[in-house]
Amino acid sequence: MPEDLKHIADDYRWGFRDEIEPELALKGLTPETVKKISEAKGEPAWMTDFRLKALEIFLKMPMPKWGPDLSELEKKFDDFYYYVKPPAKGPAESWDEVPEEIKKTYERLGIPEAERKVLAGVGAQYDSEVVYHKVKEELERQGVIFVSIEEGLKEYEELFKRYFAKIVPPTDNKFAALNSAVWSGGSFVYVPPGVEVEVPLQAYFRVNTAGFGQFERTLIIVDEGAKVHYIEGCTAPLYTTEALHTGVIEIYVHKNAHSRYTTIQNWPINMYNLVTQRAIVEEGGYHMWLDGNLGSKVTMKYPSSILKGRGARSEVLSIAFAKTGQHLDTGAKLIHQAEDTSGRIVSKSISKGEGRASYRGLVKVSPRADRAKANVECDALLIDPESKTDTYPYMEIENETAQIGHEATVSRLADDQIFYLETRGLPEDEAAALIVRGFLEPVTKELPLEFAVELNRLIELEMEGSVG
Amino acid sequence: MANRLEIQDLWVSHEGKTILKGVNLVLPLGEVHALMGPNGAGKSTLGKVIAGDPNYQVEKGRILLDGEEITELAPDERARKGLFLAFQYPVEVPGVQVANFLRLALKERLGKEPPITEFYARLKEAIELLDWDESVLSRYLNEGFSGGEKKKNEILQLLVLKPRYAILDETDSGLDIDALKVVARGVNSMRGPEFAALVITHYQRLLNYIVPDVVHVMMDGRVVKTGGPELALELEKRGYDWLKAEVAGA
Repeated sequence: MPEDLKHIADDYRWGFRDEIEPELALKGLTPETVKKISEAKGEPAWMTDFRLKALEIFLKMPMPKWGPDLSELEKKFDDFYYYVKPPAKGPAESWDEVPEEIKKTYERLGIPEAERKVLAGVGAQYDSEVVYHKVKEELERQGVIFVSIEEGLKEYEELFKRYFAKIVPPTDNKFAALNSAVWSGGSFVYVPPGVEVEVPLQAYFRVNTAGFGQFERTLIIVDEGAKVHYIEGCTAPLYTTEALHTGVIEIYVHKNAHSRYTTIQNWPINMYNLVTQRAIVEEGGYHMWLDGNLGSKVTMKYPSSILKGRGARSEVLSIAFAKTGQHLDTGAKLIHQAEDTSGRIVSKSISKGEGRASYRGLVKVSPRADRAKANVECDALLIDPESKTDTYPYMEIENETAQIGHEATVSRLADDQIFYLETRGLPEDEAAALIVRGFLEPVTKELPLEFAVELNRLIELEMEGSVG
Repeated sequence: MANRLEIQDLWVSHEGKTILKGVNLVLPLGEVHALMGPNGAGKSTLGKVIAGDPNYQVEKGRILLDGEEITELAPDERARKGLFLAFQYPVEVPGVQVANFLRLALKERLGKEPPITEFYARLKEAIELLDWDESVLSRYLNEGFSGGEKKKNEILQLLVLKPRYAILDETDSGLDIDALKVVARGVNSMRGPEFAALVITHYQRLLNYIVPDVVHVMMDGRVVKTGGPELALELEKRGYDWLKAEVAGA
C-alpha cells in the first residue's frame, strides 16, 4: 500500500494533534496547502493546476443562500486541517481514543470487537481482508479496475483524465470546488464493456487497509453494456474525527450499462456532510442512487442523474432520519436531456424530536426530451409534535409531451397503529420501530440484505425510549 | 382466582364522559361467552379497556387475569400474559409484511424466538383453516385489505398466537355468510380447556356458528343480564326493549 494512501484528513479536536508531524499538518485553505497536498501525493502538474484553480473558484463562490444554516461552518473554514499525515497506525492511536459514544453504538449493535476497531478506523486488518483479495483477483481477471482514486490517477492517468471532473466540475458548487482543491481518498472504478460484476464493490473492504479522507473523490466508469453495484460506507461507518465531509462522486454510465450506487451515512452529529453525487446516463443505460442519511449535523446531498441518451433511466431512492440537532436537506435531481428517458424519485424522511428533514428535488425536462417520464414520491413521517419536515419540489418542464407525477404525504406516528401492535405483544418502542421500518420498506427492500438488517437495527436503537 | 378473566365493578370514562358504569363479568377458561347489547351500550369500550387502550381512563374497578390484576399494565404486557383483542377496525401498518409481523408477535408471545419450523407449521395450519392463500403472508399488514380480509387477518393472528383469552370485537360485522363461516371455523378450532373467548356482537347470526356457553347483555355501561345461549335467540326475536323495561322496573 503506497504511503500516501494512509494519509487522511484529521481534525485535532479529539486530541490527535500531538501525534501529528507538524510539517504535514496543513491547516487553512491556501495555495500553499493545496500545493503541498499535490506534492505529497506525487501528482502530475495538471492535477496541481486543477487543484489550485479549484481553490480560486472556492474562494470566489458565495456560500449557498438556500437550505440549512451554514453560518457556523463558514467561520471555521480556516480552522480545519486539510491534509494531515496521520500516525502510522491510522487515524486514532488506539481503541482507547475512540469516543465513548461511538464505542457504545458499536457495542449495542453487537459488532465484534475486532470489527468495531476496523469500523472505527483503528483496526488494522481482519478476516474480510481475505475475502477482499479473492474478490479482487476475480475482478482483475475480468479487467475490472477497483483501486483508490490516487492509484487510479497514477496507474490509469489517461482514462482517469478523460472523465475526472467532467461530470462534476469545480464550478458546480462551492463544496465541489472545495473538494476539487483538497480531495484525498476515494475509489476509482472502471468496468469494461459487457462485464457484469456480480458482487457489489464495497469501498468498505478497501477502507480496511487504506483509510478514507473527509474529502473523498470517487470516479466510476461503467462501459457499454457493463453492470456494477458500488457500495460505499456502511450503516456503522468509518469513525472519523473531522467535522466537515465534502465528497464528490462522479459516475459515467455508458450505453446500455447498468449501475447502482448505494451509500448509507451515519456520521457523528458534529459533522457537516456536503456531498455532490452525479451520474451521466447514456442511451439505454440505467442508474440507481440509493442514499441513506442517518447521521451528521447538517447534510446537503441531492444525488443527480443526467439522462443524456435516448431511453436512459434512473431511480433515486433515499432515506433521511433526522433527530434533535440535525437538519438533513436531501433530495434528488433528474435532468432529462433526451427522448424517452424516464426517472423515478422516492424519498422517505423521518423527523424525530426536534429533528428536521427536508426534501429538495428537481425534475428538469429539456425541450428535446420528448415523451420523458418522471415520477416523484416524497413521504414524511413525524415522530414527535416538535419534529419538522418541509418539501421543495422544483419542476422545470420544457416539453409538452412529458409525463410528470408528483405525490407528497406527511404523516404522524399514529397512536392507533402503536396500540394495535402492542396488543400483539410488541413493546411500545418496538411497535414504533416496526412502523418506521415499514414506512421505509419501499426503499430498504432495495438494499443488500446485510445493509437492510443493520439499518433496521440502527432504527431500533434510534427509536428506543422515543414514545410514551 | 386462577383460570379466568374477571372484571370487577369497572368504571371507565373517555374524554370526560363515563361510558362503563360498574361492569361485572367473569369469563372462565374453557368457555365462550357472547357479549350483546344495543349500540352505545359500551361493549367495544369494554373490549378495548381489557386490552389496555390508553385512550380510556379507568376510574374505578379492577381487571384480573388468572387472578392477577392487570388494570394498570401496558397493552403489550397484557398480550404477553395471553390476552388478545380482535379489532373491530383492524389498523393498517404499511410496509410491514404479515409474516414478519406474526413472527415478531409470536416471539413476544412465547418469550423467545420461535423455531422456524414451528412458526411455519402454525402459519400453514392457520392459513388452511381459513381457506386462505399463502400470498397473504407477504402482503403488508391490513394495507389494501378488504373489510372481510381484515377480519380474517385478525383470526389468522389469533390462530398463530394462540392466546388464552380472546376478545372478538364485532368480528362478524361486514362479513358475508361464507366469510362468517370461515371466521367461526377459526374460532371454534381454538375451543378447548385452555382457551376462552368473549364474542362481542350485535347480532344473533354469528352465534349460530360460534355457539356460546353464556350470553351477557350490556346496556348503558353495565352488564344487565346473563343467561344461556337461548338468551341470544330471545333478543333476536324480541329486540332489546323488553329488557330495558325489565331493567328499569327492577
